[in-house]
This record gives sequence, C-alpha cells and structure tokens, in this order.
Amino acid sequence: MSRLHTTPSATVGPYLSIGLAWEDGPYVVAAETPGAIWLRGVVHDGNGDVVPDAMVETWQADPDGRFDHPDDPRGAVPYPGFRGFGRSQTVTEGQYAIYTLKPGRIPDGEGGLQAPHIDVSLFARGLLDRVVTRIYFADDAEANDEDVVLRSLPDDAARRSLIATPTGDGYRLDLYLQGDRETVFFAV
Amino acid sequence: MTGTTSASGLHLPQYLREAADLRTPVGYAGYKSTGLRAPLRGPVDLPHRLTEVTGPLLGEGRVTAADADLTRQHAGEPQGQRIIVHGRVLDSDGRAVPHTLVEVWQANAGGRYRHVVDNWPSPIDPNFTGLGRTVTDGQGRYEFTTIRPGAYPWGNHHNAWRPAHIHFSLFGRAFTQRLVTQMYFPDDPLFGQDPIFNSIPEAARPLAVSRFDLERTVPSWALAYEWDIVLRGRDQTPYESHEPGADDGDVA
Repeated sequence: MSRLHTTPSATVGPYLSIGLAWEDGPYVVAAETPGAIWLRGVVHDGNGDVVPDAMVETWQADPDGRFDHPDDPRGAVPYPGFRGFGRSQTVTEGQYAIYTLKPGRIPDGEGGLQAPHIDVSLFARGLLDRVVTRIYFADDAEANDEDVVLRSLPDDAARRSLIATPTGDGYRLDLYLQGDRETVFFAV
Repeated sequence: MTGTTSASGLHLPQYLREAADLRTPVGYAGYKSTGLRAPLRGPVDLPHRLTEVTGPLLGEGRVTAADADLTRQHAGEPQGQRIIVHGRVLDSDGRAVPHTLVEVWQANAGGRYRHVVDNWPSPIDPNFTGLGRTVTDGQGRYEFTTIRPGAYPWGNHHNAWRPAHIHFSLFGRAFTQRLVTQMYFPDDPLFGQDPIFNSIPEAARPLAVSRFDLERTVPSWALAYEWDIVLRGRDQTPYESHEPGADDGDVA
C-alpha cells in the first residue's frame, strides 16, 4: 500500500485566539472539583521576554492512570467529569493556566511505571510547528527517579526543566523556548 | 487487568514520522519571528507510549451545524466571494479519520482579521467573525461555507504580504497526530515572497494548496475548493497481542 505524505504544519500566527479560544479551555475538570489543581507557568522567548500570544495544550491520564481512549490496550475507562485535555492561551503576561487533576502513574511498556506526567504542546507565532514537552511534579521524586523518559535525559538540568514545583493551589512550571534554561522539547 | 505492567503487555500503535525533507521545520531564517522563539537545542526523541498514542476525542457536543457556515453568523452576509472548502481528513495509510474536530479561522475578504492586534487600514466586516468549526463525518469528510480571505501585509520584510490562507487545527485520534496548519489557494502570485509558505520544503508545498473544484461549485451561489488533510499514520501491527485469546483490539 502506498503511503500518503502528511500535510505540512504551519504557524498558528498571531490571530489564533479567533479560532482556538474555548471558554472552558483551561478546565480539564469543572471548577470546584475536589482535589483539582491549577497548573501555571510563563512562556519565555530567547530574550527572556514573556510570550503573550502562545497557546499551551495538555493531555494526560486520569488520577487512576487510565485513558478514555480505544487505543489504550488496557481498555478505555472513562473518569466522570474528566476531559484529559486542556487548552490555555498566554495572553495574561505570557502565563498559561490549566485546571486539572493530577494524573496517576501509567505503565511504561518496559516493565515499569512512568511517573505522573502531562504531555504538552506549545503553539505560537514564530513556531512553524508545535513544540512538545512534558510536565512532571517535584513531589514525586521517587517516581521521577524511575521514569523512563526522565532517565533518558542527559543531565539534571534537563530533567529540572520538566519538573513543576508546588504552589499554594497547584504547581508551576515556566517554559523557556531558548536560552540557558531552554526547556527540553521532544520529537514525537 | 492483569499484565498491564508486564514488559510484553502493552502493544501500542507507533505513529510514523514524515521524512525531514517533507516536514516544516520549527524555525526558518526568512521568518523573523522564529529568531527568538524556535528552540535552538535539538529535540529529544520521545518513543510513543500510552500518553502519546491516545488523545482527546473531541467534537460531538462542541459544535453545531451552523458553526460550519462562516457566512451566517451575523445579521447580514459578509462581503466577498462565497466559497465552499471541503475535503477529507485521512491518515498517511489512507484511512479516513472520522468524527474528529476541525477548527478554522481566517481574515475577511479584505484581508483583515477581527483581532485586537490587527489594525492595518482595511475595514472590519461587521458580518464576518472568521471562526468555523466542524466534525468530520464517518468517512472523514468535512465541509465549510465561507468567503475567500484576502491577502494582507505584515512586517516580516519590506512590502511583505501573506498569500490568502485559512488556518486549520486538527486533533486526529492521538497526541502524535495533532496538526495546526494553513490552507492556501492555487496559483497565488504571493507564494514566491512568503517565508511561511516557503518554510515548507519545496516537495511538500503542493500539499498545503487547495484545488479548485468545479464539480462542487454551486451554480449561482458559490465556488468550491477541495483540500485533503493527511495526519500521521501508524505502523501496520498496532494491536497484536502476545496473549492468546486476549480480546483487546475490537471493542464493539
């Protein structure tokens, strides 16, 4: 069977909010959900300036480490009220904000468990394709030490760029597109 | 749920990556805004595991039939050439991607976006927002009714103009398939000077250009353009299981 070539990506440009703003975008779970957290961070460019026209999207397992998705070979398991997906624009001083439940651990396919993590896509004017990263959680130190993806990174500085720190109402992880603190981005 | 953590218990589809000479790079020297934004360190390979082979299955409930007609969102009709934009969402194996959300946004017929940071001297059209949404049908087909967007100037280089385009956002069924892109119109004389179009490797540029579709024009009503969108496909044995009798692939 001959393969089709994939459609090439393009930048979201400066006017993404026309097409991609959802009122409920940041809410992976509804407001007032018990145990929910705010996941926040600021996106920075190579000058250290904030990026106020980016969009951050998140995708994650539920608190039990399951996905309501047919391609999870363990079976699709819904978690009531949980969408798994979040979308936030960085219009307020370059900050994204996602309201969600912390994910559970999930198998890594190599006999171990991945640490709780959230997959992130970042889109912006000036990026001709999305860039992809992950968010981990600082208070899962033991799980993070065992995580197959974190372990594959070259050094602690790289690992630290993915690990969100606790705040009063959730966690924070700033994203750096360039510079000394450039976030680790992944090719998926 | 036994075996979910065993080394052989997870057999996941692996999504194929297009060859580098057919993919748009994240940064491109001719496009100034990439300078301080495109990451400078190479990305780290992330093998596809559970989080990557799943993804949001959004759509039904997020859109109404009216969202696919950008010409009927206000009291009057927008100015401009009415067009139908339609096509299929496929994966690179040629399989349709059914029931997936398609989001579009675009400038008006005069090339002006209804957005606070777009203030070049071309008028806002009070009858045009420029936002459309739809969900593909069971065969992966989508269709929008809109007006043909105009070209517009921007500050990338002297006398820079963006070719007419419509922004598209697609999810597919997996995190790996997420795509945001732009659809162009055939034979646009502005292609040659546009760094966003030319950042696409030459061999892949035709994939970003729609085709004029005489058959789908509606007499005395609308012209038509066809554009198929191809998301990343999977390897050929995604659901193979080592456990005889395991029935995990075909949930009715």
